[in-house]
Amino acid sequence: MTITAPAPPDIDARRGRLGDSITRPDGIAKVQGSFSFAGDLNAENCLWGATLRSPHPYARIVSIDLSPAYAISGVEAIVTAADVPGKLTYGLISQDQPVFASEYVRYVGEPVAAVAADHPETCRRALAAIIVQYEVLEPLTDPERALDGSHPPIHPDGNLIRHQRIVSGDTTATGDVVVEATYEIGMQDQAFLGLEAALAMPDPGGAGVDLYVATQWLHEDQKQIAACLGLAPEQVRLSLGGVGGAFGAREDISLQVHTCLLALRTSRPVRIQYSREESFLGHVHRHPARIWMRHHATHDGRIVKIEARMVFDGGAYASTSSAVLINGITHTQGPYKCANAVVDGYAVRTNNLPCGAMRGFGVVQACFAHEGQMDRLAAACGIDPVEIRLRNAMETGDKLITGQVIENVAPVERCIRETAALPLPDEPIGGHDGDPMRLPGGAGRTADRGHIRRGIGFAVGIKNLMYSEGFDDYSTARCRLADGVATLKFATAEVGQGFVTIAGQIARSVLGVDDVLLDPIDTGVGSAGSTSASRQTWMSGGAVNAACTKVRGLLFDHVAAVHGVRASDLAIDGADIVDTAGTLRLGVAEATRDVSFDETVVFRHAPTEDLDENGQGNCHTAFAFVAHRAVVDVDPELGLVKVVQIATAQDVGRALNPLSVIGQIEGGIAQGLGLAVMEEIVMTEGRVRNPSFTDYLLPTFLDMPDVIAALIEEPDPIAPLGAKGVGEPPTISSTPAIVAAIRDAIGKAIDRVPVRPTDIIG
Amino acid sequence: MSSPADIQRAASEPASDVAAIEVGHNEHYSLHVNGATHEVLDAWVGESLLYVLRERLGLMGSKGACEQGECGSCSVLVDGELVCSCLVMAASAVDQAIVTIEGVAPVGAPSDVQRAFVDAGAVQCGFCTPGLIMATHALLERNAEPSEFEIREELSGNVCRCTGYGRIIEAVQRVSVARRTADGGVS
Repeated sequence: MTITAPAPPDIDARRGRLGDSITRPDGIAKVQGSFSFAGDLNAENCLWGATLRSPHPYARIVSIDLSPAYAISGVEAIVTAADVPGKLTYGLISQDQPVFASEYVRYVGEPVAAVAADHPETCRRALAAIIVQYEVLEPLTDPERALDGSHPPIHPDGNLIRHQRIVSGDTTATGDVVVEATYEIGMQDQAFLGLEAALAMPDPGGAGVDLYVATQWLHEDQKQIAACLGLAPEQVRLSLGGVGGAFGAREDISLQVHTCLLALRTSRPVRIQYSREESFLGHVHRHPARIWMRHHATHDGRIVKIEARMVFDGGAYASTSSAVLINGITHTQGPYKCANAVVDGYAVRTNNLPCGAMRGFGVVQACFAHEGQMDRLAAACGIDPVEIRLRNAMETGDKLITGQVIENVAPVERCIRETAALPLPDEPIGGHDGDPMRLPGGAGRTADRGHIRRGIGFAVGIKNLMYSEGFDDYSTARCRLADGVATLKFATAEVGQGFVTIAGQIARSVLGVDDVLLDPIDTGVGSAGSTSASRQTWMSGGAVNAACTKVRGLLFDHVAAVHGVRASDLAIDGADIVDTAGTLRLGVAEATRDVSFDETVVFRHAPTEDLDENGQGNCHTAFAFVAHRAVVDVDPELGLVKVVQIATAQDVGRALNPLSVIGQIEGGIAQGLGLAVMEEIVMTEGRVRNPSFTDYLLPTFLDMPDVIAALIEEPDPIAPLGAKGVGEPPTISSTPAIVAAIRDAIGKAIDRVPVRPTDIIG
Repeated sequence: MSSPADIQRAASEPASDVAAIEVGHNEHYSLHVNGATHEVLDAWVGESLLYVLRERLGLMGSKGACEQGECGSCSVLVDGELVCSCLVMAASAVDQAIVTIEGVAPVGAPSDVQRAFVDAGAVQCGFCTPGLIMATHALLERNAEPSEFEIREELSGNVCRCTGYGRIIEAVQRVSVARRTADGGVS
């Protein structure tokens, strides 16, 4: 097969310890176009695969006639539900999603069949030739109808995916001031640029298969694929194909089983790559949600009690909806003290697109609501929005409404104060040069400068890190040290976030080596868990650190024995081993010349537990905090918004690579901005109206404002390297900050994102 | 529940004449890419330049992400003009000089723009990067000293989902400054 060899690592990236802003080891390959993404992989004699999808949100399959498609020259195989040799369904939490629909289709885009052929155009024509007869059924598209029982179950597991209640403290407590509202969050797409892609290579005789795939979690994919193929997990070997972004959308199975099935059926390599439209239909999205909240507070703005009801639309299949729901309801209070609460949360099944993980995972929705409430409370109490947040700011040792005590470093007050202290933009509306491109509407040049209004908004967020509710969350890393070179092996999915950069930094810091080689990322070592939940710096960073530390211990024992010193007196100083009690100084390269050490370590975070029926329990393990301030210019006549500046202070624990951290902050804010004013998958009766980059609007260079960021570094003693995950917090409170700024500019309640022109004008 | 009268065929059901037509692989033409002439044999006439570059010539550096010219990931130069190769029919690009990301600089010897993208932290997943490198070279050819706003405007046809653009702007500015310094210093 012809898989392009990875380009040599960037020389500069070979240096750099923890805390240094070194460059990515895959950077040069990426800028030169030689880095192999999953969709770039090819093999001799390879076929193309493609997927036939349901055109209906809900229908019974009456019959499928494949014969017209088989009549097309170049078509090698077509598979349907009848060809699935193992388990017919998959899913991350409950296995309720069919590999191919058999009796019913439950959303527009649900896979019905897959074809392998000699050319993408042949595949397209073969799909068009397959005749499927459907009995169209009335779709369930209103989440409230999933709850009130007015629509028959659309799935054997029923229309309610999960209900969970939180009851905390004195439920009869009331406040001097009461504010309430209902908030809506639209369906956002992760819209990574590297479309879903995979290459499957069958073993001779069909004994197994190698799959090269862009994913977030190789071992979870392996488990689910093997079950569906009726193979043992070790017969399904996964390697990470280069991943062009993920943001949650690659946590679920999409094309993995289909690609393997076609390869095993044809005994030839098969590659599938989704189109953009297919990508919109073929992965899970951010849950649309409807959240009612009522806050009770004292006259001076201190929260007394929160009541809430949250409904998350999970779409046709469960995916991670039950975990998204728990994240949503357990973050109801935001980063604020609150003793009393009654919260009801529901995740429901509908015939809309399936929803699951996206950066922020339920907390984005909760934060939009609680921050809207804080602004309402501020107005009702006559207190400045920043001041009311300071008065309620959570601290280490505070108890959440789940009864869990915050053990993390919790610099909420610093996040708020340092964000508020960042400079405001000095430029007037439209900028110093008066270029109309800088006004809301940009190239449309429609705005009347004198009518534009500027607003400022503030929001604060809290985000749980890593997996929750008793999940056995772990990561595995192997470290080998020989001849002064450390070689690391892990299955941690590098999706762009930069784990490959900090893995080398960790090894250099612990072992004193310059040269760190990274083995291919595959299932040839234990699971690293998912690249999600802001967890890999902590978890896989913790595993690499532990493996390297164990190897260092063996190295010190060896040096101690050879040189007659005490191992406990040895330390790494730069690239040397030194005896702190004597005079020995020895290069690591020299010390390892004729020996090698090889250790594999599994790292776990502190255990969590399930919530009880009242939503009480230590269900999360750690938290990070962040604040955002947005400045916007609004054209109130045309309903257009220009975000002028975002300021943020983020609790990062310790910045292991400040340049990477800034990249996560700016990129996360861009996605928060998208949700605030641009991005929504618009659905009508279960049909997507905008599955393309022409109609689903992503922030461009012109939509993104300047970002000013302050990193709050208070190393967390419970984190293995003092560092907290930094990927999700930027998306949490940037959205409500922008919406608060729009409200401030036009003096009108806006309780829905994305904010549309009609929401501003109407 | 629906009555039998509601039974419908899939919306995708074809007109039978379409399905009957084979995908004809009978086009032969040559393309001039990165200074070399490449014969394209037995191709289907409907193939885009992006498809032919990647699948027939093995130049995988140009990326497809939207198939409709919205994201710029597939940017290449055709006779010096920056185009989205997903929108160009390959067979229409004969006799034109095509430059792809592979033609910007030899492997292992990155251009100043490529180097600056790495150094400034402008690369995360890297999928948009080849297109942005092409667009940045083209921008700096047209305008050696773009203002920040001009950079934003000129590169707004290239979408990046990871970085929020801040480090990319920084990279472009670094190249602009470095080139001026190398030229003996201006302004």
